[in-house]
Amino acid sequence: MSAILELENLTKYYATQKAVDDISFSIEKGSIFGLLGPNGAGKTTLLRMITGIFYPDSGHIQFDGRAFNPTEDIIKIGYMPEERGLYKKMKIGEQALYLAQLKGLSKSESLEKIKFWFKRLEMETWWNKKVEDLSKGMSQKLQFVTTVLHEPKLIILDEPFSGLDPLNANLIKDEIFGLAQRGSTVIFSTHRMEQVEEICDHIVLVNLGKKVLDGSVQDIKQQFKENKFSIQLSTPSIELFSQAFTIVEIKDKELIVKINEGYKSNDVLSYFLNANYTIESFQEILPSLNEIFISLVESTHATTRAFQKV
Amino acid sequence: MNKISLIIQREYLSRVMNKRFLLTTLLMPILMVGFFAGATFISISGKDEHKIAVVDNNGFFKGNLQDTKDIHFKFPENVDTTNYLQKGYTDIIIIPKFEGTTKTNYIIRSKKRISIGSEDKISDRINAAIEDKLLQDAGINRGELDSIRSKSRFAELKSLEEGTGENAKESNAALSYGIGFGSGMLIYITMFIYGAMVMRGVMEEKTNRIAEVMISSVKPFQLMLGKIIGIGAVGLTQFFMWIVLILGLIVAAQFFIPHDVMQQVNTLQQYNGQLPSGGNMAQAGEAAQKIYKLQHTMSTANWPLIIGCFIFYFLGGYLFYSSLFAAVGSVVNEDPQDAQSLMLPITMPIIFSFIIMTNAVQDPSTSIATWASIIPFSSPMVMMARIAYGVPGTVPYWQLAASMISLILGFLLTTWLSAKIYRTGILMYGKKVTWKELGKWAFRKS
Repeated sequence: MSAILELENLTKYYATQKAVDDISFSIEKGSIFGLLGPNGAGKTTLLRMITGIFYPDSGHIQFDGRAFNPTEDIIKIGYMPEERGLYKKMKIGEQALYLAQLKGLSKSESLEKIKFWFKRLEMETWWNKKVEDLSKGMSQKLQFVTTVLHEPKLIILDEPFSGLDPLNANLIKDEIFGLAQRGSTVIFSTHRMEQVEEICDHIVLVNLGKKVLDGSVQDIKQQFKENKFSIQLSTPSIELFSQAFTIVEIKDKELIVKINEGYKSNDVLSYFLNANYTIESFQEILPSLNEIFISLVESTHATTRAFQKV
Repeated sequence: MNKISLIIQREYLSRVMNKRFLLTTLLMPILMVGFFAGATFISISGKDEHKIAVVDNNGFFKGNLQDTKDIHFKFPENVDTTNYLQKGYTDIIIIPKFEGTTKTNYIIRSKKRISIGSEDKISDRINAAIEDKLLQDAGINRGELDSIRSKSRFAELKSLEEGTGENAKESNAALSYGIGFGSGMLIYITMFIYGAMVMRGVMEEKTNRIAEVMISSVKPFQLMLGKIIGIGAVGLTQFFMWIVLILGLIVAAQFFIPHDVMQQVNTLQQYNGQLPSGGNMAQAGEAAQKIYKLQHTMSTANWPLIIGCFIFYFLGGYLFYSSLFAAVGSVVNEDPQDAQSLMLPITMPIIFSFIIMTNAVQDPSTSIATWASIIPFSSPMVMMARIAYGVPGTVPYWQLAASMISLILGFLLTTWLSAKIYRTGILMYGKKVTWKELGKWAFRKS
């Protein structure tokens, strides 16, 4: 598997802060990649550099094996910025056509694709409606369509689910999976960790302009695991004590325990078996990305990002 | 390049293909004509009826004092200042006996204050009657006098300007004034209208957040330029529609002129104002004379030059200022108050140029007028005012050339500067931008 995007030592300094401070990572083709970070971490700036809106102060971007060339590569990229925006008074069909043509598609190609996507997302009847007449969910769907219309190799979605009801969110989620399966790479930027867990293969966490985490979702969870296990017994437990573990929580028949240093999961199992409990389930609890995120970022006072001297 | 033309198309069509555009284009001239007509009408027709009782101690005004439409002079018996109102008169004039030729004051007493217009009319009429009387006494026939007068009125000042060729060209000061002022005014209005359109468009893209989506597909410069050109095209379209409308009205108006009058006009044209076989213009109908004079005066203006220059200065002025408007629009955030204060440094030069233009149109050769017609900030309006007076007479060729070149350089410069501000401002939200920062963006290497 080759990389569709490789970032090397990117920096971008604004007058008041180092928005992106020496970040490097690479993204595999066909993966769904999560770019995470608290507010003000530098995500949006990074994305704008990847889409050619900003130029990095230093560093290098490789796109699809070659040096990134905004004028040529723009047609291979689809970008849905966090701040949604469309011309209010334009009709939807017209607007999709306009944006598609700006990406370089011919008029006939654009019309074909627009019809395809509108049908797929159940938007056919909206063709002549003006954008200002749409509800928020509808305009998100429209924005999504305009982003993926030209079948870009790299699709960048900045908070695509914000404001969507569960039904529409699901629709978009399925589309994202579908796109990845068909070979597009999706970069997905958000602070909603539960969505990341559901969708992404690989994530990068940035904080204060620096890269803090880089790995597949599983690997990272493994990295931060606290050896917590959940045990479901058939009868409530009484007076447990063992060297092998510490009890974190007891909820009726369910126990959450932490395995102590030097002991293994089998030691815990043996304890309960020897104590004649019937074990209904025994499962590792990996930390949620949400917890990992908070633990990493909390200490760095990232909530209010101070202005630094550049 | 292709992308710019897509943007131009969209900006143009979205503004032209709607009912509002057609409505304003058609209504504007009608409204303006109506406005002027209405204003003139109101100022002329003051319904100020007067039934004036004249007490004439000289005995000759009766029968010699002409009424006007609203003012009626009556010569009743037994009316004086105490009873004129009861007898149904609105005013009373007492004319004392004349002594020689000294200026005499007559008193007019009225219930209502008399308007200035009526005062003038009344004193005119009285003076005319006195003149008649004096003429009569001197033995001169009024009818003869009138005929001599109208014959002598034939001599009119025909002003010729030294031209470069053999023939000195005919010129007409009133016409130059009208054209100069009119075109200067038109440029002033359109620069505001279309400049503001550009600014609003840019602000819309920013507050709608569509700027970011656009910028991921096209360069900021392409977006800005496409918008400016597209809106400029709207302006040109509207302008041409007006011309067509006006020409249409002129042609239509000709149909309302009676056939024989048109015949006379044609004859006059043929003989350049002189009818053959020794006749004179006074014999042609008055209406025909007027029409001929109008046509003749209009033809003295160098229309190709004027229209050509108008289009050049209209476009040049628009391009010069619209990029500045775009820069302002890109910097404004959600607060529209910002727009007002940022617009000020742009609107000031425009208003100032207008003031200079109103002076230049009366006296096009002052040094202020000359300089202002070359500096790109004010040249669109001021140069148009001066051109109406004649090139190369009032405006030598080198001045015209200098003005045009500096306008072109001017708008290239403002477009370049504005592009730098635009590309940074359009994506910057939330921060209020200071002038110092603007300067940094404009002059920083990108």
